[in-house]
Amino acid sequence: MSLEVEQTIAAARVLIPLRDRGEEGSLGARNAVGPVLQPTLAETSTPGRRTDQVPHPPADALDGIPAAHRRAAPPALPELNEPGVVRHFVALSKLNYSVDGGFYPLGSCTMKHNPKVNEWAARLPGFAGLHPLAPDALAQGTLELMWELQGMLAEISGMDAVTLQPAAGAHGELTGILVIRAYHEARGDHDRTEVIVPDSSHGTNPATASMAGYRTVTIPSAPDGGVDLDALKAALSPRTAAVMLTNPSTLGLFERRIVELLDAVHAAGALAYMDGANMNAILGRFQPGAAGFDVMHYNLHKTFSTPHGGGGPGAGPVAVRAHLAPYLPTPLVVREADGRFRLERDGERPGSIGRVRAYQGNAGVLVRAYTYIRAHGGSGLRTVSDDAVLAANYLRARVEGAYEVPYPGPCKHEFVATARLLKEATGVRTLDVAKRLIDHGFHPPTIYFPLIVEECLLIEPTETETLEDLDAFADALIEVAREAREHPELLHEAPVTAPVRRLDEATAARHPELRWRGMTGAETPCPQ
Amino acid sequence: MEIPEGLRYTQDHEWVRADGTELVIGITAYAADELGDIVFVELPRPGRKLAAHEVFGVIESVKTASDLFTPVAGEVVAVNPDLTGAPELVNGEPYAGGWMIRIRPDDAAAADALLDAAAYRAVIGG
Repeated sequence: MSLEVEQTIAAARVLIPLRDRGEEGSLGARNAVGPVLQPTLAETSTPGRRTDQVPHPPADALDGIPAAHRRAAPPALPELNEPGVVRHFVALSKLNYSVDGGFYPLGSCTMKHNPKVNEWAARLPGFAGLHPLAPDALAQGTLELMWELQGMLAEISGMDAVTLQPAAGAHGELTGILVIRAYHEARGDHDRTEVIVPDSSHGTNPATASMAGYRTVTIPSAPDGGVDLDALKAALSPRTAAVMLTNPSTLGLFERRIVELLDAVHAAGALAYMDGANMNAILGRFQPGAAGFDVMHYNLHKTFSTPHGGGGPGAGPVAVRAHLAPYLPTPLVVREADGRFRLERDGERPGSIGRVRAYQGNAGVLVRAYTYIRAHGGSGLRTVSDDAVLAANYLRARVEGAYEVPYPGPCKHEFVATARLLKEATGVRTLDVAKRLIDHGFHPPTIYFPLIVEECLLIEPTETETLEDLDAFADALIEVAREAREHPELLHEAPVTAPVRRLDEATAARHPELRWRGMTGAETPCPQ
Repeated sequence: MEIPEGLRYTQDHEWVRADGTELVIGITAYAADELGDIVFVELPRPGRKLAAHEVFGVIESVKTASDLFTPVAGEVVAVNPDLTGAPELVNGEPYAGGWMIRIRPDDAAAADALLDAAAYRAVIGG
């Protein structure tokens, strides 16, 4: 073990001194909750330790592999018994904050509760045990579910066709823009080289345009937070391939001039892409396809409640109107006249941009989303969005005053607040407010996004929180603002109750150490 | 916020310093402070011809990423090799070790049309 690693471990094992806020807000030392970081599995490795219930391969197992293809030395894997491994990971999980553990108002991320019935459905052996290369005849149940889900997502969006393949939202965006590119190319319209995005957009929008080979043109927002119609019209030209809009926007505001905007886009011969990240605000209330959008993606893991963030893979299906259906990735799931389901065959839809992912996407997420949609039904989904909007407006009304709300008036499912005035008065920044919220027991909201609002917090409570939970969070936010004025040092030092304090993000980004290098050379505990 | 006299500035927060027939370009202390801790700077290859206002690179901080704009047209003759390993130089010494590119301007007098220190101070409300 190198000296450097030893020092790191020694530092990690030191109890992190915590400070307690006394009655008068005085800072006094208090004991830590315990050693908050733990050694890695490699560091707890003991030669020869194992769990013998696992069958080992026979001694001659390697004989069938040509010598040239065998590794010279056994891999440097840590050796532990099963309880040691289980305790390691359970201890780590206790350091985590999850939506199963508490309120998680991360704006733009829709961290709603993930109903456990979804997990039951995804674990049904017929879904969970299906081989991805199983012939259609053996996969009828899964194919039927996917075919129905394609139809449900088309109906909810007001679109005509849906691919389930993309593995996440940004992947869906790329798929959608590649479909748009294929559409223009197929029409011999080769001069469209630009994609327009508003300055409030998700960063993935311009990134998607670049990945698809387009130049990004950014337009400013209007004072009311919506797209600046004049700026859009000025930016539109025969070079415009698409305009990417998020509706409701990343400010949580519904785009009031949506019909005018889309008319202008189409008049220029461009197509309209909708980033569906904020669908949780508009289910059953607004159909992007019916309004005139040509293509959109869903984030099933947000809107339809599957674990995400660190908790699992996502799914970013893309819905298009009929004129774009020929270009969707292949294979889609189709239903034969006799009621059987199958995947499209190679070459069946020659205009397709091809596969964007192996097999049929993240099938487990599709099962969970399907379950969620079926459990709610059409009227239930509308209630989901109504309640999400109600919760956001309730929180907005409660914290207005303690924080500045730069776009006053009703919001959709999320809203932006800013600590700008707090910063001017006290030097306390939004980052400090977020860190202090951790001490109050809450996951902080999204901060410093969207980029167009200084010192902003983007708060999305979702529909699954009770009034009591919303009040507790509002109380905490208001209390933090009071602390900022009376005891700003509390915020500068926060968090004091978390497993780790403030991480050195700059060094982590500048000089990332992505490999643990402790197990090399003589220290390598290899089973011999 | 430090705004040295003798340099020229742009609305996009770049500074330009004349050095013989060449121009040295970086971003201002104000810009570096607004961006926060810089973690990555992407610069063009020497020899590349840049038009005025063209994006010559990208700067990334822990908070955000931003384009870098060419103040005056010219050809890149050198880029700061130190920023690859030490992007924090942009925060620490924005007008010295944090310089980004050196160009040979198409028009030797083009930089004269940029903002002076007082005008730039007015831009940032300082």
